[in-house]
Amino acid sequence: MALMHDHLMQGGQMLLLLLLAPLLTGWVRTLKAQLLRRRGPSLLQPYRDLLKLLRKEVVLADSASWLFRVAPYLIFAAIWVAAALVPTFASSLPFSWSADLIAIVALLGTARFFLALAGLDVGTSFGGIGASREMMIASLAEPAMLMLVFTLSLLAGTTELSAVARFMLTADVGLRVSLALALLALIMVAIAENARIPVDNPATHLELTMVHEAMVLEYSGRHLALIELAASLKLLLYLSLLGCIFVPWGMTTAGEEATAYLLGVAAYLAKLGLGGLLLALFETSIAKMRVFRVDQFLSAALMLGLLGALLLFVSRSL
Amino acid sequence: MPLSLLLSLSMALLVVGLHAISAARRTGRSQQTYGISLVICVILLGMALVHLLSAAAPATLILPLGLPWLGAHFRLDALSAFFLMVVNLGGAVASLFALGYGQHEPAPGRVLPFYPAFLAGMNLVLLADDAFTFLFAWEFMSLSSWALVMAHHRESANTRAGYLYLVMACFGTLALLLAFGLLAGPQGGYDFATIRTAEMTPGLAALALILVLMGTGSKAGLVPLHVWLPLAHPAAPSHVSALMSGVMTKVAVYGFIRIVFDLLGEPVAWWWGGLVLGLGGITAVLGVLYALMQHDLKRLLAYHTVENIGIIFIGLGLALAFQGNQMYASAALALTAALFHVLNHSLFKSLLFLGTGAVLAATGERDMERLGGLIHPMPWTALAFLIGAAAISALPPLNGFASEWLTFQAILLTPELPQWLLKFLAPAVGALLALSAALAAACFVKAFGITFLGRPRSPAAAQACETDRYSLTALFTLATLCLLAGILPGLVVDGLSPAVSLLNGGARLPVQQSQPWLTLVPVVDVKSTYNGLLVLLFMALSGILAAVLIHRFASHGVRRSPAWDCGFPDVNPAAQYTAGSFAQPIRRVFGSVVFQAREQVTMPPPGDGRAARFEVKMRDPVWDYGYAPITAAVIAISNRFNHLQYLTIRRYLSLVFGALVLLLLGMALWR
Amino acid sequence: MHGLEFDIAHLLAGGMVVISLLLLYQDRLYALLKVFALHSLTLALAVGWQAHIQEAHHLYVTAGIALVFKAIVIPIALYRIVRQLGIHRTLEVVGGVGRDMLAGAALVALAILVMLPVTAGTDAVAREDLAFALAVVLLGLLLMVNRHNAVSLVIGFMSLENGLVLAAAGARGMPLAVEISVAFSVLIALIVIGIFLFRIRERFDSVDMQAMDAFRGGRRR
Repeated sequence: MALMHDHLMQGGQMLLLLLLAPLLTGWVRTLKAQLLRRRGPSLLQPYRDLLKLLRKEVVLADSASWLFRVAPYLIFAAIWVAAALVPTFASSLPFSWSADLIAIVALLGTARFFLALAGLDVGTSFGGIGASREMMIASLAEPAMLMLVFTLSLLAGTTELSAVARFMLTADVGLRVSLALALLALIMVAIAENARIPVDNPATHLELTMVHEAMVLEYSGRHLALIELAASLKLLLYLSLLGCIFVPWGMTTAGEEATAYLLGVAAYLAKLGLGGLLLALFETSIAKMRVFRVDQFLSAALMLGLLGALLLFVSRSL
Repeated sequence: MPLSLLLSLSMALLVVGLHAISAARRTGRSQQTYGISLVICVILLGMALVHLLSAAAPATLILPLGLPWLGAHFRLDALSAFFLMVVNLGGAVASLFALGYGQHEPAPGRVLPFYPAFLAGMNLVLLADDAFTFLFAWEFMSLSSWALVMAHHRESANTRAGYLYLVMACFGTLALLLAFGLLAGPQGGYDFATIRTAEMTPGLAALALILVLMGTGSKAGLVPLHVWLPLAHPAAPSHVSALMSGVMTKVAVYGFIRIVFDLLGEPVAWWWGGLVLGLGGITAVLGVLYALMQHDLKRLLAYHTVENIGIIFIGLGLALAFQGNQMYASAALALTAALFHVLNHSLFKSLLFLGTGAVLAATGERDMERLGGLIHPMPWTALAFLIGAAAISALPPLNGFASEWLTFQAILLTPELPQWLLKFLAPAVGALLALSAALAAACFVKAFGITFLGRPRSPAAAQACETDRYSLTALFTLATLCLLAGILPGLVVDGLSPAVSLLNGGARLPVQQSQPWLTLVPVVDVKSTYNGLLVLLFMALSGILAAVLIHRFASHGVRRSPAWDCGFPDVNPAAQYTAGSFAQPIRRVFGSVVFQAREQVTMPPPGDGRAARFEVKMRDPVWDYGYAPITAAVIAISNRFNHLQYLTIRRYLSLVFGALVLLLLGMALWR
Repeated sequence: MHGLEFDIAHLLAGGMVVISLLLLYQDRLYALLKVFALHSLTLALAVGWQAHIQEAHHLYVTAGIALVFKAIVIPIALYRIVRQLGIHRTLEVVGGVGRDMLAGAALVALAILVMLPVTAGTDAVAREDLAFALAVVLLGLLLMVNRHNAVSLVIGFMSLENGLVLAAAGARGMPLAVEISVAFSVLIALIVIGIFLFRIRERFDSVDMQAMDAFRGGRRR
């Protein structure tokens, strides 16, 4: 019975994420449009886009190989699995022991690896430009993220996200500069990883400014749908991550009743809505930076993360 | 009994080599040599595995060879059994690959005799149990591999590589010789059993550690002693490159572990760990940065070996730091991580070098700027290479991730260390490790993407065809092992535990086999866990589910058309992103600091017909600040002494006389 | 020991280190000024909190001085100077933020490594404050070393001084008279520097210190 319950929980979370992801993207887009005094598309537009793309046939470049066709499924699977392992509405996720935060970061790395390869596959210059810049960004964002893992693990004694979330719910945490630093670093990494302004522009098709869009330029039809869905999932993943580490309140703990779960879901939705609002506000109020400013932005994130870990050593050993 | 069988099999390899000298010119002999090597390696591999898994007691043997008062001591314990497994696995797969690849060899007479001898040398190093036998086997391994590096000695670059290799190998052996001298002490107890029990003062032990670091580090490729490695490894034929990079560097790691953990033994000063840890971190990042700047595929891989050696030494440094503070449970984790990475690196580095060999055989090119699009004519090679590239980039669920994850978990235990310097060093090294893992992914996107994806950049790449069956079997054996070690890391960790507890005063990681779903649980249950099997299952399930649902209910139509490329498809394959342009952002971010990389664009004025030029200038910091002054000094000194060649006989005699008198004076005064 | 009191002191003092690092990251003068104001504000809060937990009332005065002069008066004055000099669009070429931040992190580690063993035995809040204060001082020096613009030099100097005040507050009070005299000396320094800035501008048409190197006597590279 408990096993059934566990599996249902995990399956429920995976399905919830899949359904919510396009909504979050739509929410951010609508908000951004309204901040610019445009009416903007409907909240449901991303769903319609996805359905439309799924029904279209795939137009494949002549020089595309089997990797190009397999990559979207791999990318989607890797990001979906990673997202499924981040606690969202309940802090005790039955399968969270199968991969800790390091593994989740690495799973996102797997998705990025194949996306960059897909960008190179057709042999066009835009694909190459996107792939090479994406790997440059990742080469700084990933260590910054791992520094965050270090800080969390020093505090909570584990890198497993459910346990971290449970620890963050207790009063042992205290106010920590390191946590503030880690939060800052995580936000910076999340912006870079999700190709948001000021690092990249998710809405642009101006060739020289794009990174993520340049890599997926040759994709069409169902492949594009999967990649777009994966991108939405990734945004959702990072917001959930921010939520479960830094605003864990409202999460259901193990062994509570059904109403508690409803409350957890409501809290989760509220967090997402707020996160989306903040993201939209931030994106409208800032300009995109040059590609070769991004490395400074991200090395600042890396250093903040490192500093967070260092400071934690100090206050722990007093 | 198994030890004598192991020894006689190693000797049999030597005989095969000798036989190959006489027979090299006849056709079909290369297959014979490689075939016999394959069989012997497989038997050795099996015996090593049995010894490791059955946790048998160490076996020793003394033969009346070598120094008359010492004899040749041999010993087989868990540590040597593990490394025997690594060596012979690599040897077996490389021999299998060479069954096909060896037929492309233009000068088999220069490869066949030395190949089995090289294998035998490595096996003997692992079995040696006294200093003389160890050094003899070590030199034998160095020289036979040197001969293999020089197989294509008509290319001037190879001659230079061989020269540098010889110099560095001699330097390394000298350092080891001195280290053993210190270890043996004034009584000269050169067999390892005596050394193990001998007491050493802390100062002498530290000196021995530094000498051993120099001796084994120069063979393994620890920065700054790595300079020969990226030149020499690619110069050899590809299957030998695979052995040198994937296996011989591990023999060097074995030397380090054997001497520092086993022979030097307790007590370990805490700063030893810090030293090794720092060196490992720097090696890892510098190695991968060097690799990113290369466009010769084999040289890229060789530089990448430097990175992985850095990761292994990070693990070993952590283990030393923990042992220095009597934290044996944590030391067990760090040691397991290091040994696991030894195994993993031998798997994927051999795979990648062999894959490069297949590319080289099919196109005759190893410059990535002249390859491209090979995934179309060589789909299977491409798949195997892709698995290797993903594994070395530490992507789950493959094996590279499992060992780097363990290393990271070991770093996360360092806050318990009492020394402040180590506490600060460990997160910094953690950042370096993470940086090198991320850069490795960039490096292998480049290596695989430029070589196998896109469109062919030269006619040779366009006319390539798939490699032969033997080679493919070898490639896929390794690829399968990469996957298996990645999804069943618990089994590997359990297999490693006899070696770990041997080096770690009996402490080892908890038994992993009993964990549900074979989850990897390094410390205790509340701490972190990882399960590659489940991750793979989840990924496969969700990917397949998505594919089936979409193809069933949405669409499965495909139409081929020219590439879109924002409406500007460039017809010329030369307009694709190249290896150099792919690395440009990273070169600007990291290279401008580390290598002082400077880009220069020369644009002719409008109306001028000359081509625009783009130049990148880079300086190798290690060479410029480390080696160049030394070489300059050596040359300056030898120039000063040059005139000694032209003295008269009377002056020579007076020199000898003066030297004698000085010596006697010195003796008289010293008394 | 690890109660709320310690946590807040830790947060504020650590916050100053972080803001010092942010100063290193800024390459625009206005942004630099704003971050400096934040730096001083955090100082005022940190000192105020120290006054609360040590029940040392004269520290409230110190906090007040920091708040009024350093967080409000000096930034506004510098703001006006920058506008009058017309250099608010000047971008300072920061020689690689990554390198600067790396050096900064290393300095923080150094400060902690030096301070913690020395102060062993005193209470946790003071130890940590001293370590962080030294870090702030070192970071201020790094800022001064790294910048060419005279205004940035002034900011570096002021942030360094903030570090000294933090140290003084943590170390159970320096006499109020000393504190006030330090504050006034800083103000006078500001005035002098302000005058000098205009003088330098008149003479050299720039406040870039590199431009002045050319007029230095002696051996040049």
